[in-house]
Amino acid sequence: MKVSILQFPGTNCEYDTQYAFEKLGAQTEIVWHKSESIPADTDLLVVAGGFSYGDYLRSGAIAKFSPVMQAVKEYADKGGKVLGICNGFQVLTESRLLPGALKRNENLHFISKHHHLKVENNDNTFLKKLDNGDVVNIPIAHHDGNYYIDADGLKELEENGQILLRYTDAEGNVQNPNGSVASIAGVCNKNKNVFGLMPHPERAMEAVLGSDDGVKMLEGFLES
Amino acid sequence: MKAIVNVSLKQGVLDSQGKAVHHALGSLHFNGVEDVRVGKQIVLQLQETDKEKAMADVTKMCEELLANTVIEDYEIELV
Repeated sequence: MKVSILQFPGTNCEYDTQYAFEKLGAQTEIVWHKSESIPADTDLLVVAGGFSYGDYLRSGAIAKFSPVMQAVKEYADKGGKVLGICNGFQVLTESRLLPGALKRNENLHFISKHHHLKVENNDNTFLKKLDNGDVVNIPIAHHDGNYYIDADGLKELEENGQILLRYTDAEGNVQNPNGSVASIAGVCNKNKNVFGLMPHPERAMEAVLGSDDGVKMLEGFLES
Repeated sequence: MKAIVNVSLKQGVLDSQGKAVHHALGSLHFNGVEDVRVGKQIVLQLQETDKEKAMADVTKMCEELLANTVIEDYEIELV
């Protein structure tokens, strides 16, 4: 299993992501955004979190024009698996590889804390190690995590099982930290090979640091 | 020629910054304000002298980069 991790100027979660997947036994490679291709043996491509290009203009808006993104699109179009975490999610929505957009949090605060998430749909590579209705405890750290999609788009996401995760409390009751439409924390594309979420599973890999629920999420990719 | 681009959240998309400013104006006893929308202005100094071509270029810039048309509207003024 080979995981390639994208690095833009301003990315700051690439080494946490590398640690997480190596802990699970994967080989990893960090790929600089100027690269015009991604490693040929890549089984999973991760767009890591951070502040690509300082989030100037909008989060992810400038990163979508980096040379590597053309290769990412081709990889995704051929069915390659892509995971965007936090800023990576923003980059994937800006690139239109995922539907919707991320707005400023409703309370305008930067939110950094552990938050519970409920698994909405495990019929995909990402969440197959979890059951529908499972609640996991995963950190969030974002200013622009307020997911928006219009009513028609939301209906489509629901019908196609593209809503992966919702923000909840420990019992699985909706508890929305940032104003996201339908309390959505993560979605995938129609073909279920491109995934994006605002919370950081790669920061929940050690119980001693607060949670190791990220292990169950990320190891779904290992057997695919 | 100068192009002034105003980007704002679409009507119907909740503008949290606008809401916060509206609330703050109320705190200052400016009670006659019905709604506030906060946007951003991007000013482009262009070499192009043909208005029609400039408008087409800037429209393309807006669609590709300056606005995210999933959530934002844009208006272009050439001066």
